[in-house]
Amino acid sequence: MSTLLEVRGLTVEFSGQRALRAVDAVDLRVAAGERLAIVGESGCGKTQLLLACTGLLAANGRAQGSVRFEGRELLGEPEAVGAARGRDIGFVFQDAGGSLTPHRRIGDQLVEVAELTLGLSRDQARREAAAALERAGLPDARSRLAQYPHELSGGMRQRAAIALALVARPKLLFADEPTTALDVTVQAGILELIESLCRDSGMSLLLVTHDLGVVAALADRIAVMQSGRIVESATAAEFMRGPKEAYSRSLLESVLTLEGVA
Amino acid sequence: MSALELRDVRVHYREAGPGARRLVAVDGVSLSVGEGETVGLVGESGCGKTTIGRAILGLVPLADGEILWGGRRIDALSADAFRPLRRDLQCVFQDPHACLDPRMTLMESVAEPLRNFEPAIERRERRQRALSRLAEVGLDATLAGRYPHQLSGGQLQRAVIARALVADPRFVVCDEPVSALDLPVQGQVLSLLERVREERRLANLFISHNLAVVARLCPRLLVMFRGRVVESGPRAELVRRPRHPYTRELLDAVPVVDVAARGRLAASAARPRPVQEAASPRGCAFAGRCPHVLPRCRVEAPVLLPLAAGVAVACHRAVEWPAGLPPVTEGATGIAG
Amino acid sequence: MSLGLWRDARAALAADRFALGCLAVLATLGVAAIAGPWLLDYREDEIDWANMAVPPLASPGHWLGTDRLGRDVLVRTLHGLRVSLAIALAATLVAVVIGVAWGAFAGYRRGRTDALMMRFVDVLYSLPQVFFVIILTVVFGRSPLTVLLAIGAFGWLTMARIVRGQAMALREREFIDAAIVGGATPARIVVRHVIPNLAGPVIVYATLTLPQVILVESFLSFLGIGIQEPLASLGNLVAEGAAEMETAPWMLAVPAACLMLVVFCFNFLGDSLRDALDPRDR
Repeated sequence: MSTLLEVRGLTVEFSGQRALRAVDAVDLRVAAGERLAIVGESGCGKTQLLLACTGLLAANGRAQGSVRFEGRELLGEPEAVGAARGRDIGFVFQDAGGSLTPHRRIGDQLVEVAELTLGLSRDQARREAAAALERAGLPDARSRLAQYPHELSGGMRQRAAIALALVARPKLLFADEPTTALDVTVQAGILELIESLCRDSGMSLLLVTHDLGVVAALADRIAVMQSGRIVESATAAEFMRGPKEAYSRSLLESVLTLEGVA
Repeated sequence: MSALELRDVRVHYREAGPGARRLVAVDGVSLSVGEGETVGLVGESGCGKTTIGRAILGLVPLADGEILWGGRRIDALSADAFRPLRRDLQCVFQDPHACLDPRMTLMESVAEPLRNFEPAIERRERRQRALSRLAEVGLDATLAGRYPHQLSGGQLQRAVIARALVADPRFVVCDEPVSALDLPVQGQVLSLLERVREERRLANLFISHNLAVVARLCPRLLVMFRGRVVESGPRAELVRRPRHPYTRELLDAVPVVDVAARGRLAASAARPRPVQEAASPRGCAFAGRCPHVLPRCRVEAPVLLPLAAGVAVACHRAVEWPAGLPPVTEGATGIAG
Repeated sequence: MSLGLWRDARAALAADRFALGCLAVLATLGVAAIAGPWLLDYREDEIDWANMAVPPLASPGHWLGTDRLGRDVLVRTLHGLRVSLAIALAATLVAVVIGVAWGAFAGYRRGRTDALMMRFVDVLYSLPQVFFVIILTVVFGRSPLTVLLAIGAFGWLTMARIVRGQAMALREREFIDAAIVGGATPARIVVRHVIPNLAGPVIVYATLTLPQVILVESFLSFLGIGIQEPLASLGNLVAEGAAEMETAPWMLAVPAACLMLVVFCFNFLGDSLRDALDPRDR
């Protein structure tokens, strides 16, 4: 299996009033077709890790180290990142509002991405956009194109955001807490969607979350992050059988299930 | 003896903007909570559960029905008449960052209800009581002088709980108290709520979209869908033998974290989904996504009726399976079997 | 009222050197306006027969020259600054007090109360301010107090609108619901929760209102319907100076420069305050 994403010694620091090191010498690797989940609580640095990889760090943040996608260095190379975005890399944020512009129609946003990244004509782009919405499980794609984000429910908005991320059929999808803001029943639907999309297209996934329940269903490999460092890394099967670190075990135990309830 | 009772409560919202429609948020809900009892209310966003919480607290007017507290009607009271009752009816809100005034310290926020309900007590005593509340929820006194933006979600939610308890209420509405928190913290806050409830013998209405959360704390549950109660009963019955398909959906959505989780997700993803249709206004609101739907369901709304073992269900077909829904088979078309 | 968030704001402001500079300039001018005339040799209405219309530094003691009547320009300007600042501060204070009370109450109550209160504001808004000032000065005589009242009568309108908008947005926030559930009366909510959370925009707008008031007062005095001779205000000093522009340009330059400096500094400070008081991302 070829390595799609390789991160070495990634460190992210923030200057200013509250100087801190959010990410501390992190190494990780995502192979083609593989799904890696990074699990940790709020403030452990997992979101900053994602932002650093995709060139979206805040102005007062500094990243050091190396982030290579298919061998090309992305860190500190805004052009390389720009070229990779959309085409090779897609992202989904926790709040779909982060991905979708509120004052533009969904169709326009999808079409724009299709035109820019795939170099398609307007008509071709429209067809791709509709297809992306269908793949994302939004029925009646044609009329969806004309709607605004706020006209959709939370779950449907997230599906539209996923469609936006996938319209150019990227090789790697970054997802930051994609289901956290949703109802559990809706979460299940989104997880199923991501699972089938990855399976059908062989897309890789780098997922960041605090919820091991989500991870158990989706991930091939799991990395646990605490205070900016990766404290444990294992395949999902090994992890579920019994994590080595006490912190990882506490994360596993914190998942709310129905066991022992009735 | 029930402390709180809702009788056929209806709440309407008016949409903003031109051509404003009237939305029915709560459509004839009845429930009761006894002294010291904990009842859970579970359902997805928009099902009306939060609205019920707000109606109980007098934040939203009723379109119809009654709310009784200690046998006395409270739904039609004026704001001034309601105010003294608020001492007993408190609330833990969903988003701790939003429900605390950003310009007040924790101490000030927690002491605030005391200022309102017991204006006579002196500042020093007020501080003392606020501090002991903070200690009760596990917050150190050194945090009392901090501002919300300086603290984590878990710490803030503890402060919110402290504030709800400071005037010694008898009933606490918990509206999604852990949804905005990280998983590891959720467990801690739920344990805190359990402990506090036991020690103070509080009556509780616990609202959440997550059945696992509600099931952990509530011996009795009500499941809501689109403004109506579709199933209610003892927790053991609902979890082991759900009798309404929506309850089953909620159960399926609870994660089981084990090695087989991946396989299960892949299998359910591969299963063909029934096409979701819009529900007709007269029929059952769930008809559009029900695997057991009959033509009757689309034209006639079912009524919540007691079934067996303390369970009540709103489903035309509930009598066909008094011991629980049959297992889901591939390509179920709604024919009994 | 809590201080912690103000501490953050102070820190942010302290980092903004230009804003600090403006603050320093304003402070200096303020001190000069109050204490200056005591330290200088001449009184504001003292006529120096020997040195009429003398340019700056030409005669000892008259640092910035004298006017047509031999009165020291520096002293007059400082007096003028005193009067202008006093009126501006007082009028802004009136605008803040009335505007905040009006807007907060209307915004919190919403519905009919809000509609009535804001229609009243709209009506007043549509009246020509200068026209009314003229009428008021004709009826009540031209004194600083009249000018103050006339400006104050209109100054609170925009503040009320801003505050009302903010209050309406605040009303929807969950901590207001929490306060209601906690037993607070509407009055207490407005005072304890709404107004402190409005303080940011109010302070900023007040800092921007001040220079506007100065300009309005100057304009009125320039037209002759504001502050009257021999009392000096920046406005009537500019008027005098404009008349003598060709022969004694310093009579215009000094008060005009002072006026511009004050207005600029307040405007800039207001901008920086707005940046500093913006809620920080958590």
